Amino acid sequence: MAEQAQELTVSDEVAIQINNMNKWYGSFHVLRDIDLTVYRGERIVIAGPSGSGKSTLIRCINALEEHQKGSITVDGTLLSSDLKNIDRIRSEVGMVFQHFNLFPHLTILENCTLAPIWVRKTPKKEAEDIAMHFLTKVKIPDQANKYPGQLSGGQQQRVAIARSLCMRPRIMLFDEPTSALDPEMIKEVLDTMVELAEEGMTMLCVTHEMGFARQVANRVIFMDAGQIVEQNEPEEFFNNPQNERTKLFLSQILGH
Amino acid sequence: MSDTHAQSVAFVRDTMIPEQAPPASEAGIIKWMRENLFSGWFNTILTLVSLYFIYQIVTSAYPWFANGIWTTSSLAECREALDGMTGACFSVLTERWNQLLFGFQYPNDAYWRPTLAFFLLIVALVPVLYPKAPRNMLIFTAIYPFLAFWLIWGGTILIPIVAMLGFVGGYFAFKQFDHQSFAMGLLAGVIAAVVVWWVGGFATGAAPNLLALEAVPSRDMGGFMLNMILGTVCVALSLPIGIVLALGRQSHMPIIKWICVIFIEFIRGVPLITLLFVANVVLAYFLPPGTNFDLILRVIIMITLFASAYIAEVIRGGLAALPRGQYEAADSLGLDYAQSTRLIIMPQALKISIPGIVNVAVGLFKDTVLVSVISMFDLVGMIRGPILASTEWNGVYWELWGFAVFVFFIVCFSISKYSQWLERQLATDHR
Repeated sequence: MAEQAQELTVSDEVAIQINNMNKWYGSFHVLRDIDLTVYRGERIVIAGPSGSGKSTLIRCINALEEHQKGSITVDGTLLSSDLKNIDRIRSEVGMVFQHFNLFPHLTILENCTLAPIWVRKTPKKEAEDIAMHFLTKVKIPDQANKYPGQLSGGQQQRVAIARSLCMRPRIMLFDEPTSALDPEMIKEVLDTMVELAEEGMTMLCVTHEMGFARQVANRVIFMDAGQIVEQNEPEEFFNNPQNERTKLFLSQILGH
Repeated sequence: MSDTHAQSVAFVRDTMIPEQAPPASEAGIIKWMRENLFSGWFNTILTLVSLYFIYQIVTSAYPWFANGIWTTSSLAECREALDGMTGACFSVLTERWNQLLFGFQYPNDAYWRPTLAFFLLIVALVPVLYPKAPRNMLIFTAIYPFLAFWLIWGGTILIPIVAMLGFVGGYFAFKQFDHQSFAMGLLAGVIAAVVVWWVGGFATGAAPNLLALEAVPSRDMGGFMLNMILGTVCVALSLPIGIVLALGRQSHMPIIKWICVIFIEFIRGVPLITLLFVANVVLAYFLPPGTNFDLILRVIIMITLFASAYIAEVIRGGLAALPRGQYEAADSLGLDYAQSTRLIIMPQALKISIPGIVNVAVGLFKDTVLVSVISMFDLVGMIRGPILASTEWNGVYWELWGFAVFVFFIVCFSISKYSQWLERQLATDHR
């Protein structure tokens, strides 16, 4: 499987360019001098201990968090405080959250059609067709008329993925998508993500699923204390880590 | 021996046990009584004592109701008819029925107008209150306020029509410019509405008698009708204003935020009754001399402001209860502020706030009787003033106040029951 993932093409086109980005929460320096270039079609897994700033990093990319210094360019659009730019970037960048964050007052189908109808101005019928297409893709078309509360965690997370895909994003951000799930359900979500990766989606994924990283990622980034400590191809990263902190982390996470 | 043992330990279930009904002794009225009324010697004594009190109350109140006199025209006649027996003089209700409902100055031959307005109100409320009612009934709901105004206040039908056209024109102008930005749409809508009203002003001036009903001035409104007018209008207006205030209080724009905070905190710090006195007396000093600013309108403004501050706080509670993830999910999909507020945040925040909003609405409806202290003759004002002060009915306290209690209880209890039903309807989380 690892070889198959390697075969996926990564283009030279830059999807995300982060230069010397810094962020503070009050006086706490969460992200320090982050430099990162993501090429179209890349599948990047971001790992690291909790509090290392990995979630904050990907949340800066679609401006859920504001950065104070440096620049982020997504799809050629510079992220500034201009609301128009932010909304444009957000509609191009899909995000999947740890706690799914489905809208509990809307059905599964409505969850998926809402943004296409209101942001993309897609006609309702067409939006529903798109939604059913992606719900079929994540293998839950038969739940379309239920409410999120009636679904299992794994199903909800797959709906959340489908909801993002309905906006036809060019980049997908995953913020610990499997951390709130039972072991039985992690697999179904990961399968969906693997499938997505195989189609060439640009993905940034914060996760502790090292198996997923080995299988799908073409780059693993290790963060600690708000900095990128190490990044490498998965084989090298797992078999031959360089930084002491990385070694310690890997020994703890893969120790049993 | 060991074989048998192994068989009893190793176990593979091949059929799952289906769900079964509980045994008969665990259901029904007997179980309920045993659990709730006679679960121990102490509770049994309490039950028996309570039954005794209920018996006493019913036996003493029953003849009062049963012997009630419904047809006399004064308290003296009623006493005579009772001839020393215990009995209620309900005839005050029948004799003064119209006064209790409409006040003592509303023209008699026009009673059908507020009555019709009341029944049409029920029709207009159906699509608002029941999500499953046909959606095109909302058109009638939109027309209703203007229709009701015409029915109750009378005058030419041109006034409500022009008022309505102003709103319609404003709406279309808003739709036209809403694509550019919400603020642009709002501005265009307001301008269009003002233009329509200004032009319409000439039309009503030119034909003041077109389809005119007999005009009834505001000071002639009274009775329970006045409570209904104030209650309905103020609840209907304070909800949207409350929503705007609650959102404003959460705004990141400091000026908007502080305006809302100061308004809410000021209103909450002032008793309603002082605001009503302000409406009644003080406001007149600030208005240019000669302007006759309708008293009901002034009272409506004050009660609305008062209730909207409370509703704003209730809704703020609902907003605070929403997980941050909902805002983030809406943001991450590219919805702008207006869209995410309207489609994601408000539907959920309002649902959480229903009990609080209903609490305010019920309180507001009951507070409408406070207008009786600024000499308006609502239901309480009518009872306290013209009816109890009359020579015929001086001293009929129980029947009149009992009636007022009954009427308000019916309305408020219905509102409360409705809100509980609505909460169940909107429960989609199934947790």
